[in-house]
Amino acid sequence: MPTCNMVQAINLALREEMAKDDRVLVIGEDVGMDGGVFRVTDGLLGEFGPERVVDMPLAESGIVGAAVGMALYGLRPVAEIQFMGFIYGSFDQIFSHAARMRNRSRGRFCCPMVIRTPYGSGIKAPELHEESAEAFFCHMPGIKVVVPSGPFNAKGLLVSAIRDPDPVLFLEPTRLYRLVRENVPDEEYTLPLGKARIVKEGGDVTVIAWGSMLERVVKAVEPYSADVIDLMTLSPFDEETVLESVRKTGRAVIVHEAAKTCGFGAELAATIAEEAILYLRGPVLRVTGYDVHVPLAKLVDSYLPGVDRIRKAIDEIMRY
Amino acid sequence: MPERTIATFTIKRLEILDDKGNADERLMPSLEEVDIRRMYELLVLSRTFDERALNLQREGRIGTYPSIFGQEAAQVGSAYALDKSDWVFPSFRETGMYIAMGYPLPLLFQYWSGDERGLISPQGLNILPVSVSVGTHIPHAVGAAMAVRYRRDRAAVIAYFGDGASSKGDFHEGFTIAGAFRLPVVFLCQNNQWAISMPRERQTAADTLAQKALAYGFEGVQVDGNDVFAVYRATREALEKARNGGGPTFIECYTYRLSHHTTSDDASRYRSREEVEQWKRKDPIDRLELLMEKRGLLSGKDRREVKERSLEIIDAAVREAESVPPPGADEMFLNLVEKPSRRQSKQMTGMKNADV
Repeated sequence: MPTCNMVQAINLALREEMAKDDRVLVIGEDVGMDGGVFRVTDGLLGEFGPERVVDMPLAESGIVGAAVGMALYGLRPVAEIQFMGFIYGSFDQIFSHAARMRNRSRGRFCCPMVIRTPYGSGIKAPELHEESAEAFFCHMPGIKVVVPSGPFNAKGLLVSAIRDPDPVLFLEPTRLYRLVRENVPDEEYTLPLGKARIVKEGGDVTVIAWGSMLERVVKAVEPYSADVIDLMTLSPFDEETVLESVRKTGRAVIVHEAAKTCGFGAELAATIAEEAILYLRGPVLRVTGYDVHVPLAKLVDSYLPGVDRIRKAIDEIMRY
Repeated sequence: MPERTIATFTIKRLEILDDKGNADERLMPSLEEVDIRRMYELLVLSRTFDERALNLQREGRIGTYPSIFGQEAAQVGSAYALDKSDWVFPSFRETGMYIAMGYPLPLLFQYWSGDERGLISPQGLNILPVSVSVGTHIPHAVGAAMAVRYRRDRAAVIAYFGDGASSKGDFHEGFTIAGAFRLPVVFLCQNNQWAISMPRERQTAADTLAQKALAYGFEGVQVDGNDVFAVYRATREALEKARNGGGPTFIECYTYRLSHHTTSDDASRYRSREEVEQWKRKDPIDRLELLMEKRGLLSGKDRREVKERSLEIIDAAVREAESVPPPGADEMFLNLVEKPSRRQSKQMTGMKNADV
C-alpha cells in the first residue's frame, strides 16, 4: 500500500477511473502538458492522450459549460477550475445548468460531472487564490459539495464523485495538498458521499469542521473530551451524525475558514437549533473567518481560525 | 518598417427567394416538390401554433409565451436540414424548430402552460430543454461537439440563439473553444433585430453578427432569415462541413420578430409601426406561397386545406395537453437528483402531510 500525499491520491483516483471507464475525461486550464498548476493531473496526458486530457482555453464558463455538454452527451467529464476564486465566472453554468438539467428535463438528461478546484488559504498566493466559497454552492439544489481532508478520503471521495449520476463540486484544500502522507490503497475503494467521519470521540463538546480546518481542530481539542466531526460532504451533509453527537454532548462548536455571515456554519447551527435545541447546554458557537475578504499572506493568519480561537470557543461553551 | 495590412475580411450574404416569390435557380438547394410542400406545411403549422399560443395565453390557459411570428423560416428551414438524431441546443423562442423536428406538440403546450414534463424529449430526439438564460447554452453545444468527436460519431450539433446572445460572455467562450478545436458544431443565430427593447445596432457596433465568427477562426455567413431555402441551404452545408471535419460555422439569419418579445411585453413602447409593417412585407410564408403558386404547387384550395389541417392538429394537441392531469406536488423533488437527500425526502413527506 503506497503512502501518498493528497495530490498523489487525487491523481491516483483520476488515473484509476480513467483506466476503468472511457467516459471519464479531464478538462481544464493547464491540466495536460503542465499537469495542472498543483500537478494534480501530472502524467495523465502521457497515459491517456490529448483526447481525454484536454488543455482548454482560459475560459472558466466555457470549461464548465463544455463539461455540461459532454455530460449531456453521455461522458463523465472532470473539469478543473484552477483556483476556487476563479469559479465565479462559471457560476451561471453551475447554478443555471449543471445543477438543474435533470430537473428541467424531468430526468431525460442529466449532468454526471465533477468540478474539481483548489480551495482555501495557505499558499501565499495573490488575491482570489485562497477563497472558501463553499456556501454559495451548498445553497444550490441539484449539486453535491464535497471537501476531503486527507489523502485517503480524497481518493475514496473523488472516485464516488466521478461515479455519481449528478454533478459534484470537489473542493481540494490547497493547504493539505502536500501536508501529510497516508497509506492509500491503489486498489479500488470508495467512500460514500453525504456521510461524515467521526475523527475523534469524546463526551463534552462536538466540534464540526471540514477540509483544512480539521487539522487545527484536532490540535485544539487535545485538552478536552470532544467529538470531532469531519463533514467531508457539505451538501447534502450528514445530519444524523451531527445531531447524534450534539444530542450526546449538548455543546456544539463549528469551525470554518469562510466568512461567518451566511457561511455553511449558519446552516449547521440552524439545523442543530431546529432539531436538537432541547439537548443543548449553551449556544452553538461558530469560529470562522471574519466578514472580510480573505487577506493576502501577511494577514491571512489573523483572518483564519487558529488553535487559540477554537480553544477559546470551547472554553466559553464549557462554562455552561 | 511600414505599416502593413495583415488581415482583411469579407462576409457573404445568401439570398435565394425574394419577396415576389422568385428563386435564384443557381442557388436553389436540391429539394423535391414533396420537400417544398412539407416545408410549407411546417411553416403554416408553426404559425398556427404561435397564433393559438397567444390566444391561450390571453385566456389564461398557458403562461408567458415568446412568439416566433416572422421567424418561422429561420427555424423550419434550419431544422429541416437536421437529422432526427442530431443534437439541438435551443433558446426559448424555437417553436418552429421543435415542430420541424417532430417534437410532440402537446408537450410544447404542456411546457408553456407551466409543466416541466413538456420538456421531456422523446427517446430518439436529442433536443435539450430550452435555455431561458440567454446564450448560456452555447458552451453546452461545444461540449457535446467535443463528445461527438471523442466518440467518432457522425452526429452534428447545433445551437440556436438570438442577436442578444451575441453580446454574452458564453457566446465568446463557446466560440473560442469551438474555433480552437475546430469542433463539429453549427451556431445558428436568429438576428430578429430586437433583444426586448434593445435594437440590433445598439447591441454591437459590428456591421454584421456573422463577421464575429472570423475572430474565432471560423466561417460566418449571413442569410436572409425570411427565406426558407437560404436558411436550409446554409444550414445543410454547415452541417455537412461539421460532419466532414471542416469545423464550426456561424450562420446569422437576418430576420425580424414581428410580435412582442413575449406575451408580457409591449413592443410599441420602443419601435415604430412603420418598421413592423415594412418587415411584414417580407413575410417568409407569403413569399414561399408566391413561389409555389408560380410553380403550380399550391392552389387556393391547397392553401385552405393546409391551414385547416394545421388548425386540426393544433386543436388536437391543445386537447391532449389540457387532458394531462397536473403534476403532483412531489414532482418537484423527484428528478432533482437521482437520489434525493434525507432532507429533501423529509421535505417531500412533510409537504404531503402539510407539516411546517
